[in-house]
Amino acid sequence: MTQNGAYAIQLKNVDVFYGPKLAVSDVSLNIQTRRITAFIGPSGCGKSTVLRSINRMNDLIPGARVQGDVTFQGQNLYAPEVDPVEVRRRIGMVFQKPNPFPKSIYDNVAYGPRLLGVRSKAVLDEIVEKSLKGAYLWDEVRSDLKKSGLALSGGQQQRLCIARTIAVEPEVILMDEPCSALDPIATQAVEDLMKILVKQYTIVIVTHNMQQAQRVSDFTAFFSIRKQEETPGKENRWGVLGEFAETTELFSSPNSEETERYIRGEFG
Amino acid sequence: MSASVSQANLLPTGAEFQKGLARRNFRGSVWGRFYSLSLLVAILALIALVLNIVNSAFGYAITAYEVEPTALVAGGDVGGLDAEQLVVILQDYQERRLPVYIRDNLSVVDPSIFTQVPLSESLAGRTFPAELAAMTVTELTRDQQAAVLAASLSVDTLRSLVEVEVIGEQVIHPYALSESLFERSRIDAELLEALEDEPNARLEFRSWLNFEFLTAAGSSDPAAAGVRTALLGTLWVIFITVLFAFPVGVGAAIYLEEYAVPNRLNKLIETNIRNLAGVPSIIYGLLGLAVLVRSLEFITQGRTILSAGLTLGLLILPVIIINSQEAIRAVPSSIREASFGVGATKWQTIWNQVLPAAMPGILTGTILAMSRAVGETAPLIVIGASTFIVTDPTSPFAKFTALPIQIYQWTARPQSEFRAIAAAAIIVLLVLLLLFNATAIILRQRYRKSLQG
Repeated sequence: MTQNGAYAIQLKNVDVFYGPKLAVSDVSLNIQTRRITAFIGPSGCGKSTVLRSINRMNDLIPGARVQGDVTFQGQNLYAPEVDPVEVRRRIGMVFQKPNPFPKSIYDNVAYGPRLLGVRSKAVLDEIVEKSLKGAYLWDEVRSDLKKSGLALSGGQQQRLCIARTIAVEPEVILMDEPCSALDPIATQAVEDLMKILVKQYTIVIVTHNMQQAQRVSDFTAFFSIRKQEETPGKENRWGVLGEFAETTELFSSPNSEETERYIRGEFG
Repeated sequence: MSASVSQANLLPTGAEFQKGLARRNFRGSVWGRFYSLSLLVAILALIALVLNIVNSAFGYAITAYEVEPTALVAGGDVGGLDAEQLVVILQDYQERRLPVYIRDNLSVVDPSIFTQVPLSESLAGRTFPAELAAMTVTELTRDQQAAVLAASLSVDTLRSLVEVEVIGEQVIHPYALSESLFERSRIDAELLEALEDEPNARLEFRSWLNFEFLTAAGSSDPAAAGVRTALLGTLWVIFITVLFAFPVGVGAAIYLEEYAVPNRLNKLIETNIRNLAGVPSIIYGLLGLAVLVRSLEFITQGRTILSAGLTLGLLILPVIIINSQEAIRAVPSSIREASFGVGATKWQTIWNQVLPAAMPGILTGTILAMSRAVGETAPLIVIGASTFIVTDPTSPFAKFTALPIQIYQWTARPQSEFRAIAAAAIIVLLVLLLLFNATAIILRQRYRKSLQG
């Protein structure tokens, strides 16, 4: 086991800035290994920002800056000796809009392993089959691996993206509203898949859909917005962690009135 | 409450609405007519251009032979004759000029000493009867001179000598296509006039653009002149241009789009690249002359294909950079994120995802820039492309001429025959441009298809 026991990722006093602007302030939470943790909250509360700070995806945005500690298996991910490329391999990501590469299904899944230097056709074949099976897409595409990934339906594309992510054998999968562009049936398939994947992977999911959080997640973090009027007419807004608890607990007996109003759907 | 009342007052209804609608529709139809008129003007301009060129490139011409081909060989076709028969014709009709043919086609020494040195020296390395080696050209008999020509020259060279020197087709008066179609009676009258001076004169319909025109080298005789030298020169120059401008331009675009942080310096650079794209081409010619032809002469060896190619490369570099930047910017960031998300480095992401997705746009931009370079005349004149040259370019360090230069030079001549072949050369240039643009379209479609599977 890792030195932090059941915690895969620990955030401690994390602030995220975009340029001079504070986006998220003082987030501390522990994400448990092989559990699904959901981030919920109103638009603009910074839940995606926090998610993207976990695998250093924010580095790609010019001017983005993270303060505080993001610890993965005891290692601070923002320590100078850590290479973000390695972080992103071990902490994979699935995005809001299915974004397969404009290549064949096979090449989509084999992309990550090829980046790592795997050249053997036999090994690649095995990884592709294993990953597609892992994403429950194999039976639908096995006869047609040369077909373009873009030719699949939206739900299949999203599962292809999941297969692509698990092909590099990450330990954590971050999902940024993975079902918001999918219809209910495709959503169901992805949710079912998450419940299977969680036996092997730690999953963090951002969702706008409270029912989804309730259906799939073990833990839920509720983010909310703080406002401050700097000068009249100009408002500073940033996100904070409102409440973090086991999902059943958070939805049945929320600690704060704000959480309760949000999960009852009074604002969003 | 008051909402319904105020709405009825604020927005027109009934007859007022109908009137307003008619006015709105009228305004739309006026604009629509203006747009179609604009298109009509553009189409008319294009048609006028094409007609003007075709008008000059085809039509009747009054021509005359020095010697009728039928007098040389039955049927008048010298193409079927072998080397010996051709030499016999040369000997029969141009006996005194045989030494000149030897000098122009075979001599390896300076023309001023050609007649004074023995053949072993003046024709060193050529094949000729060995027993003649000690003699000078002027000591040979006519038969021996003919033997030297027959031994060394190819059938093609001999045939073109016969065509130019013996048959000697002369264009007395070319006519435009419009004249040929509508003023036939005047042409016939002029033919009768011409027959008084030149009993061999005859009228023939000529396409100045023909296979011989494409394959013949430049010549001061318009009937024999062709565009081969200029066409090869243009292709060589464009090859160098693209070889230089494509990698450098795409590289700069990748840097600006993917690596450069948006600070003031980089913004300044980007703005100036955009300005450079609008600098008149003659200024690039001056740059090429000062830097490539003069200062870097030890590399480029002066007014060569290399200098011209690099000058045109500099000219289209900003265009390629801007087009490539736009193509790279159009690649959705979701593809970049997906690549980074599975642990790709920045370079792996650029090489494997961004560049392939941007390639259709980059290629289209490059080929369009290339088309611009093909037609450029001013910078080539400034750096000193040869205006008259008959030897094909064989390396980047060769002297050269190019199609637009050749066209410019031909149109500047007073004789009307040259205007006709200039029009033919313009057609060659236009076809070349069309080929480039068609390639751009095909490449783009191919890439797009391979991306979407």
